[in-house]
Amino acid sequence: MSDPILSVTDLSVRIAGLHILQGVSFTVAPTGVTALLGRNGVGKTTTLRALVGLTPRGGEVSGSARFGDRDALHTPTHRLVRAGLGYVPEDRCVFAGLTVAENLRLAERPGAAPAYDRVYALFPELDKRSRQRAGTLSGGQQQMLAIGRVLLADNTLLLVDEPTKGLAPKVVTEVAEALAAVAEEVPVLLVEQNLAVVRRLARDAVVLAAGRVAWTGAADKLLGEPELTKALLGVGSQGVHA
Amino acid sequence: MSTFVLLTLTGLGLAALYFLVASGLSLVFGLADVLNFAHGLFLSVGAYATWWAAGHVPGAGPTGFGFVLAAACGVVAGALVAAVVELVLIRPLYSRTIEQVLVTVGLSLAGVALLQATWGADPRPFPRPEWTRNVTGILGAQIPNASLLLILAAAAVLALLLLFLRFTRVGLVIRAGVENREMVTALGIDVRKAFTLVFAIGGAAAALAGALGGVYFGSVSPGQGGSLLIFAFIVVVIGGMGSVVGSAYAAVAVGLLQQFVNYYGTAGLGDICVVALLAIVLLVRPQGIAGRAVTA
Repeated sequence: MSDPILSVTDLSVRIAGLHILQGVSFTVAPTGVTALLGRNGVGKTTTLRALVGLTPRGGEVSGSARFGDRDALHTPTHRLVRAGLGYVPEDRCVFAGLTVAENLRLAERPGAAPAYDRVYALFPELDKRSRQRAGTLSGGQQQMLAIGRVLLADNTLLLVDEPTKGLAPKVVTEVAEALAAVAEEVPVLLVEQNLAVVRRLARDAVVLAAGRVAWTGAADKLLGEPELTKALLGVGSQGVHA
Repeated sequence: MSTFVLLTLTGLGLAALYFLVASGLSLVFGLADVLNFAHGLFLSVGAYATWWAAGHVPGAGPTGFGFVLAAACGVVAGALVAAVVELVLIRPLYSRTIEQVLVTVGLSLAGVALLQATWGADPRPFPRPEWTRNVTGILGAQIPNASLLLILAAAAVLALLLLFLRFTRVGLVIRAGVENREMVTALGIDVRKAFTLVFAIGGAAAALAGALGGVYFGSVSPGQGGSLLIFAFIVVVIGGMGSVVGSAYAAVAVGLLQQFVNYYGTAGLGDICVVALLAIVLLVRPQGIAGRAVTA
């Protein structure tokens, strides 16, 4: 088996006195999608933000996270990203006052040719709306822009946080299809609540509960056992429209 | 009619001065979240450096190209001091708001004390080009040329800033950073470099305000920067943090209001009206004219 692209060991995060992550350890395979799952508030987004160095001010992070030859927890965010760690945040975080083209231009990395062809092949809508302000795009279009922005450069791992949150069912399908195409080229650590999307995309799964890893294994196995899914995630193994 | 024109243009002259100070202050706060109480010091540095250069730098002087050269020295000095302040004092304190306020207030006080210790507390006559001592007739009103010079300079700075923000990559980073600094970093950009540049640009604009303010007032004194800074803060809040255009609108509103009320009311009433305007804006539109509402 190949070495993992990311190895998280004993990751703990305290924010405002709350011990949100309490010694989380897991690995991300160098290919395919690894889903990071769990009920609301267990620390999925906190995990991604800690890995990319965006823990809120005052937060305390400990443990280690090997990404290539770096410890992600002790590397400035911009250096991690330039080293190939792409991050698509929850709620998209596009720059509302900038145009689509400006949002993309901002993501160009020095010394690397931007892959506009790849982005526009995946999301042709972005090309058509290049002069439109990002704040006036629909939620689905904003999500495409958030993903497209990261795909402009070559990455060795993508962290994607709830890409289908708040989207219409048809758009959920489009985003899932785009992520499936992306995952053929680059490994993805995906936080996702929609289990139909997880079922479609993920090969591996890591489940968090109360700030700790409660289960790891094949995503099929988790979602194939309704009682296990219910026990770990508090929902049935069905999702909608992937 | 001539009174109206006179008050309008002199009000715009005052607005120009406020804008030059406020534009940098607004960008610094919008991008870096730094409430820089030392910004007035950059103005004083610009004024004193211009005054000093006019008497000491070869080719510089109080007239013609000599004054332009002296003012350029002032602008460069303001930009350099601002960049050094950011690199040495502010950079270690990002995300530590209280410490930032303490350091910038302390620096402001120390800077004024240093100027006083070096050149005395009394106002010094400022080198003024002959043309700026005269007036120009516009629609029957005799407008001080110093006011016209300030208006032209502020308009040029506004245009240059907008072009810079609109058409350069650093400008794009600054605009994005004002919206969401964290996300700029998450795209692989070292936003701290933009912080230094914004400080330097703000310092240069404030220093230009110091040089032209010296022409406008006819003298330079250590406390000049601090007194103008109060109105610059008001302009920034009314205009919206991080918005250069908002600062321009707000500066015009504040300058005209002050000038008209001081003339038709009582001297000093204009300042009170400006504070009242600030209160109204904070109540009605807390994010300022061009600022974005804070959302959860």
